[in-house]
Amino acid sequence: MTNAAAATLPPESAEWTLPSRRKIAVVCLICTEAALFTIFVVAYLFYLGKSVTGPSPAAELEIPVRSTICLLSSSLTIVLAERAFRREYTGGFRLWWLITILLAVEFLRSTACEWQRLLTTHQLTISTNLFGTTFYSLIGLHASHVTVGLILLVLVLILSLRGHVEQAHAEHLEMLSWYWHFVDAVWVVVFTVVYLIGR
Amino acid sequence: MASQDLALSPAAETSLPLTARLHTLVVTVDHKQLGLMYIGTALLFLVVSGGMAAVIRLQLAVPNNTLVSPQVFNRLFTMHGTAMVFLVGMPLIAGLMNYLVPLMIGARDMAFPRLNAFGYWMFLFGGLLLYLSYLAAPGLAGQGSAPDVGWFAYAPLTGRAFSRGHSTDYWILSLLVSSGGSIVSAINVITTIASLRCKGMTLMRMPLFVWMMLVVSGMIILALPPLSAAQIMLLLDRFLGARFFDTQAGGSAVLWQHFFWIFGHPEVYILMIPGFACASEIIPVFSRKPIFGYPAMVGATMMIGFISVGVWAHHMFAVGMTAVGNTFFAISTLLIAVPTGIKIFNWLGTMYGGQIRFELPMLFCLGFLFQFLLAGLTGVMLGVAPFDWQLTDSYFVVAHFHYVLVGSFLFTIFAAIYYWYPKASGRMLNTKLGLWHFWLFALGFHLTFDPQHLAGILGMPRRIYTYDAGRGWEIYNLISSIGVIFQAGGILCLVINLLWSLRHGEPAGDDPWDAWTLEWSTTSPPPAYNFETLPEVRSRRPLWDLKHPEDPDWKYE
Amino acid sequence: MSPPHVVIVGGSYGERTMKLGLLGQKSLLWTLRTAFFPWALTSSAARADTGASNGITNIFKPLSTPAEAIYEVSVLVLTICAGIFLIVGGLLAYTHIRFRRRPEDDGREPPQVYGSNQIELAWTVIPILIVFVLILVTARTIADVQNAARPAGALDVTVVGHQWWWEIRYPELGIVTANELHVPVSDPTKRRPTFLKLESADVAHSFWVPQLAGKTDAIPNRDNRMWIEPKQPGTYLGNCAEYCGTQHARMLLRVIVHPPGEFEQWVEAQRQPPVDDSQVQAGRNVFFSTACVNCHAINGTRADGKFGPDLTHLMSRETLGSGAAPNTPEKLRVWLRDPQLLKEGCLMPNMQLADTELDHLVAYLLTLK
Repeated sequence: MTNAAAATLPPESAEWTLPSRRKIAVVCLICTEAALFTIFVVAYLFYLGKSVTGPSPAAELEIPVRSTICLLSSSLTIVLAERAFRREYTGGFRLWWLITILLAVEFLRSTACEWQRLLTTHQLTISTNLFGTTFYSLIGLHASHVTVGLILLVLVLILSLRGHVEQAHAEHLEMLSWYWHFVDAVWVVVFTVVYLIGR
Repeated sequence: MASQDLALSPAAETSLPLTARLHTLVVTVDHKQLGLMYIGTALLFLVVSGGMAAVIRLQLAVPNNTLVSPQVFNRLFTMHGTAMVFLVGMPLIAGLMNYLVPLMIGARDMAFPRLNAFGYWMFLFGGLLLYLSYLAAPGLAGQGSAPDVGWFAYAPLTGRAFSRGHSTDYWILSLLVSSGGSIVSAINVITTIASLRCKGMTLMRMPLFVWMMLVVSGMIILALPPLSAAQIMLLLDRFLGARFFDTQAGGSAVLWQHFFWIFGHPEVYILMIPGFACASEIIPVFSRKPIFGYPAMVGATMMIGFISVGVWAHHMFAVGMTAVGNTFFAISTLLIAVPTGIKIFNWLGTMYGGQIRFELPMLFCLGFLFQFLLAGLTGVMLGVAPFDWQLTDSYFVVAHFHYVLVGSFLFTIFAAIYYWYPKASGRMLNTKLGLWHFWLFALGFHLTFDPQHLAGILGMPRRIYTYDAGRGWEIYNLISSIGVIFQAGGILCLVINLLWSLRHGEPAGDDPWDAWTLEWSTTSPPPAYNFETLPEVRSRRPLWDLKHPEDPDWKYE
Repeated sequence: MSPPHVVIVGGSYGERTMKLGLLGQKSLLWTLRTAFFPWALTSSAARADTGASNGITNIFKPLSTPAEAIYEVSVLVLTICAGIFLIVGGLLAYTHIRFRRRPEDDGREPPQVYGSNQIELAWTVIPILIVFVLILVTARTIADVQNAARPAGALDVTVVGHQWWWEIRYPELGIVTANELHVPVSDPTKRRPTFLKLESADVAHSFWVPQLAGKTDAIPNRDNRMWIEPKQPGTYLGNCAEYCGTQHARMLLRVIVHPPGEFEQWVEAQRQPPVDDSQVQAGRNVFFSTACVNCHAINGTRADGKFGPDLTHLMSRETLGSGAAPNTPEKLRVWLRDPQLLKEGCLMPNMQLADTELDHLVAYLLTLK
């Protein structure tokens, strides 16, 4: 059907720009994930101090300074990678991207070490008490999101090394970086709740 | 079913072999086909779950009945509730959103067609997983069958100690999968509405249907994760021995209730608002007037969306919250009645001064209006916390929410089916059969659910597989059960109508109802690409402008 | 001479006192209630003796202070809602009839009205005002019920929900019983309400005796409180009102309200240890040699089980299995033969007793009055 009347209508502004699909979708994804994390954070806060027995946060937890610095700087490095990408410095882009990946890996390794310490030295498991339950589930949920992000980052690096990533994909990369920033922002919240408030 | 719908579309009139048609369904990413698949599957689940309700009512028709054992009964009401909410309500909404939103905004498809397909298959597999529990939940130890913990699965009944076997695990997993599908669908709808509107269609020129689906989708992406989070926690409790809801370890059973209802209350608005959306399209067309107070309707819907996340604990008035807590939630619950009531007035204002055509879509909307008024009022009663202390967990609540979900939501779905079936299939539904459907179903609905209010007032709790004589409940239960026959008759008329009209219905043409939104400007059924040229609009009713060039809407908006 | 300010009201609502207004008028709410609800919900009030209940669990026949407070606010809400229904429903009906399409309308569209700010404002403000009134009465009733002061003569009872029976403990009186809550009647001059502490041994339950109070859940690891103040002797029925598993339907409650003086007699009777009757020695042997003692307790014996109901005064109760069957020797025998016959899915196992053992056991249990 042709909108014949359109020709007879008074002219409207010729500009008709709508937001990018990808941006809206990623914002929605971030909102939905934020809702998911909120519930786990609420459970953590609700159960603070309510463990009937077993190890307690104050006794067991050490502030993960190094892994936090790694994760938060990976947000910076991904921005640098994007900037290099927009300026078409492929080498620079790949380098900063790789550093982002390595920082993420270091974060996960650090988390794994902490868990190993808690499991073996302090016998804290998810079923030991409420602290164990809420700790492993919240940190684990976050770490799983980091892992997914890491897999996507690695995928992009591989595609880039094979020459498949072009300027047209700038927005795709930006969306991945938004997800990555979200994961970092969640870490700020989790860190504050678990290691600062919770102790 | 959907495959036969496709056979009617002009391009596919040459009949393909069945395997080819089924293959088309499996690989399709067309929003119209997926929309119809959602609706068709939902109607199948409606019949199955409705059958379960029939057995429930048969068991409760007389006191001390032994038609089914308590175990079977408890599974029946759990599966009935779970299936109706997640496998009938949500996919009906997804189907309507996916079919109509692109057409109404003048787009060629959804923003993410493949994601759309993914959402459908997630929903279907989740649904099949739920029913698989009948066979697979016994596992190796022979315990368990379908879930029997109630559709809201309160802790600690769902813990390993009290819910043996894997029935609860099937409840969790199937819903996690289905909810994933819903969330994905919602993201798709939001993106489509934000990014694919045709030229000239500003947000305040969108059909009200689209606005409401936008709000619903926003609610879905925020309200479903709390359910998923709680279910993940329950899964961790059951499989890894976590202590989230383990009261012996200091866990809180009430925390489950909070998380569940933080999802559960917005969920019932997620179910109801699309009903409003359909009514807001149908009532104006059949009253021959534009919707009264479009901006207020948009505002009221958004307010409902916002407030709905602040009322959840009105499902928990009996849990022992403090007086302050109970008062807060009573206040928020009573407040949400205001924007909801305003909508009824706006529909009233739309009809007032119009020329109401009592065709089938409008007839069902008529039923909806009266029944929703009653449902809203019983909701107000339940919002007054002290009154709720008597009414909650009784048949009064059962009557209330069936008034909302059947008397209001399902009636608007029926209205939508009669209204948009001609667009989707190119044929009108048979009016005579439709009238039988309406009257049988309306009679059955009232026979079943009106007496339940009284049973609740007389102290009958819900979720009981039987009751003793001498409580005054017998007559109300008997009448309630008789109503099932009429409802079943109505549904049967609908199903026959849907199938018969595919081949023998009157050809509909592009615009059988003389309506005003963009979907009526293309063929019935629409071609795969929706519109030959993408439309351009200047007002909320582009087809009105075309039909009435001397008095177009954009002069007044 | 000043008009009487208190009157005894009889009739279908039972005996109760009511304050008259200064001019001798009955309360507005009483008038509304009588006007609206005489027809639908008939039956006499609770019988004034402690015999079998008359089966009433009508929330609109309150016979206890908290239930009455709820009733008062309910009538107001119902009246307002009825009014709204009549007005809005009437408008809807009128609109549908008046503005239906007529043959003479053919071809012409009606005036296209897009909205009206004044009308929309009016129909926003009026509901807000109504809601405001409702909020006020709601808040007051919530406070009245939940924050009620506890008078000196109040009785304390702990109710523990189990799957699928009720454990009733009187901590100050040293009594433990099951499924039947005995309380004294309360009169306005010398108030003796009963304050309940609700607990659960397993899953969530809910204590609901409609004529006495609204329901309150019994949730494990949670301290919930409620109170009742029955104004009339009688037997009041209730149900568990939170789905708790297979036999949620058969988890009935009986609250037996004693006239003045009789409650103390009941307490005394409950405190007595069971009679040691040598004629039922055989049955006692069956009881104490089977696993019964693991779940059940009998005062003054070595049976000290906590999982099942206390049996010390089993025969003083009206029903078996918290309402599953009347407490008669025949039904007791069936229950002991196989509890699943009377309450399918209940947690008491079939002890596979032989017929003679059953006879002896029934004879023994019948002595636990």
